[in-house]
Amino acid sequence: MGIVKLMSGNDAVARGAWEAGVVFAAGYPGTPSTEVLERLATYDEVDAHWSTNEKVAFEEAMGAALGGVRSMVTMKHVGLNVAADPFMVFPYAGTNAGFVVLVADDPGMYSSQNEQDSRYFAKVAKVPLLEPADAAEARAVTRDAFELSERFRTPVMLRTTTRLAHTRGLVEPGERTERERKPFSRQVSQYAIPVYARFRRVELEAKLGQLREFAEEFPGNVIEEGGAEIGVVTHGIPYQYVKEVCPDATIFRLGMLYPLPERRLKEFCARFATVFVVEESEGFIEQEMAALGIHNVIGKARFTNVGELGADLVAAGLTGAPVPGDFSAETTILPRPPVLCAGCAHRGVFTTLRKLGVLVTGDIGCYTLGCLPPYQAIHTTFCMGASISNATGFQRAGEPRVVAVIGDSTFLHSGLPGLVSAVYNQVPTTVVLVDNGTTGMTGHQEHPGTGHTLKGKPAPAVDYEALIRAIGVEQIEVVDPWDLEATERAIRAGLDHAGPAVIIARRFCRLLPVSKAETRVPYRVVLEDCIQCEECMETGCPALVWGADGPEIHEWECTGCSLCAQLCATEAIVATEVA
Amino acid sequence: MPVTNVVIAGVGGQGAVLASELLALAAMEAGQDVKQGEFHGVAQRGGAVFSHVRFGERVHSPMAPRGQVDVLVALEKLEALRYAHFLKPGGIVIVNDHQVEPVRVGDSRPYPEDAIEFLSSKGFQVMVLEATQQALALGDHRAANVVLLGALANVLDLPDDAWQRTLERRIPERHLELNRRAFAAGREAAPAHVSE
Repeated sequence: MGIVKLMSGNDAVARGAWEAGVVFAAGYPGTPSTEVLERLATYDEVDAHWSTNEKVAFEEAMGAALGGVRSMVTMKHVGLNVAADPFMVFPYAGTNAGFVVLVADDPGMYSSQNEQDSRYFAKVAKVPLLEPADAAEARAVTRDAFELSERFRTPVMLRTTTRLAHTRGLVEPGERTERERKPFSRQVSQYAIPVYARFRRVELEAKLGQLREFAEEFPGNVIEEGGAEIGVVTHGIPYQYVKEVCPDATIFRLGMLYPLPERRLKEFCARFATVFVVEESEGFIEQEMAALGIHNVIGKARFTNVGELGADLVAAGLTGAPVPGDFSAETTILPRPPVLCAGCAHRGVFTTLRKLGVLVTGDIGCYTLGCLPPYQAIHTTFCMGASISNATGFQRAGEPRVVAVIGDSTFLHSGLPGLVSAVYNQVPTTVVLVDNGTTGMTGHQEHPGTGHTLKGKPAPAVDYEALIRAIGVEQIEVVDPWDLEATERAIRAGLDHAGPAVIIARRFCRLLPVSKAETRVPYRVVLEDCIQCEECMETGCPALVWGADGPEIHEWECTGCSLCAQLCATEAIVATEVA
Repeated sequence: MPVTNVVIAGVGGQGAVLASELLALAAMEAGQDVKQGEFHGVAQRGGAVFSHVRFGERVHSPMAPRGQVDVLVALEKLEALRYAHFLKPGGIVIVNDHQVEPVRVGDSRPYPEDAIEFLSSKGFQVMVLEATQQALALGDHRAANVVLLGALANVLDLPDDAWQRTLERRIPERHLELNRRAFAAGREAAPAHVSE
């Protein structure tokens, strides 16, 4: 073995792509996929950038692949919904240079609004689907994906899950192979209009037939011989659980999940009375096998399609072993939900919205936490950009006072078309654009409004006020959300305005270096002035706790935002240097 | 050689993930196969975070099965309770005597003051460390995670030079001396505090 490194699945995918000679990569941040592109950007040979959304990223990478260089696009599962349009159409034309679509699913919904199983997309689009089982494989499989893509001139979908993406394991990295740019041939018949696409449609079926044959010989579909009693068909991370709890089973491990190797699966399943199909999320393999006429399987009847599997649940499914529970019946295991950070600028917006009692449509970002107590100031959260268009709908339904809350990155991703629609249709939608100058929740990625690229180079920053004015919004106000009075006044003015209104609540995320460099004046509680009304606790600030004698502020955590002081009726909360 | 299973738990921002990465690197330095997987929710800070580290000749599952964990390292007492069911019978808990009150979301039950007694009553070997205090005395409360790692090193079979090389390679130069001293403090503190 050469040099071995400890790498996450995401790092290993990036490494494999770099080794495969990727020249261009694009994506939009989304847990658990984000680090793939961040890591790719660290290689000088790779031009990697954040795009405004996944559809744009897909089309950019697709254009680069057509233009003749190996390219990659990265996204989380719901990002593929956004990019579904090009994803479904591109296979008709087929690619020129290698093109890989990295999609990271999130079973267990650690940081997602849904638990969709993206494997179905590969079937609908008729593209081959690969899935690695650990970091070492992730590197190798990513390299293979580019070979496969060029061999069949097809986009290849590489699927990971949170557990693969965020688990570190040992990887032996290889070297990069540079490739010549492949000339693009301007054959319109391959790339345009229905009259040609009808021919391509027929060819796509023929290509799928070739891929089915390829699946029979694909070396990533491996049978690991074990005992004759238990036969298992599995894939990816679930394979590791099977090996853990049933090391003696005979295992057919699928590295390529679409299309399936029909003949080999039939031969394998004929060896056993029944075969377990162990897969996470939906019964995708099980259903495909049923469609091939393989019926002696036990799958989702034993292995739930809800949440993340684990060795325990797989053991329970295979052997009936019980899954031990925690000690919550015997002791107090208080939940510890994630919270908005001390000094988070969103807190001022939610404190105000709660006071106004308006209906609030939310969006995707840290501010989603505004739905939890003590704020309970967000009433819906669905998908990227939905806040503004949902608010328009609520207005149309007759709800009198609706506010949409959306972050800066999300606004640029897909909020803008909703706002244009509201202006065009003259709906008095009120939008609070919470501009914290970063993509906060996924770990501070740059975006078109931040003034920097993924590679850290200076870039033009979107001028939100000018942009929003240009599409026809007349009522625009910029406020500091640390100023409760100004924030309330601006939101009230927006609600009172007859047309669409945008309030830009602007303050940098507290975790950004620019915020940390600010001089911090923490606050403290003067207990003798405190009447114990607990109004300050309504901030839900982690720096403010209820101690033995009343409220206490952890000075090392307090950012000096003064929100609690502004809420205090008796001025019992004061800046430390004022004392 | 059987697989060794360790769970490291804490509150977001306490360094549970870095501690588990250091353990994984030390196991790698010692020539073992290793997997380390972390679990955290949507936000950057404040939520419960835990991480599994498994090492041995060959590791498959990234997560240790429940009831098979050898050592649970908890940077906070409530978090020790939350993951104690992963421990094997008689397993070791290394717990920081430190309390971080969770932000309440509709749950007004008092913080469980008797976490350490409860864990002992379940037959686990509980080692209590004042890791945050020790780290603070060394100059930075954030080094509590490495104090606990020092204590963990005493109950694992990884050679000391694997740990030292790991600290050297992973910790930035300007923090290295502090972390070396934090690790040494954990090494020395552990044996005196074992409760049965």
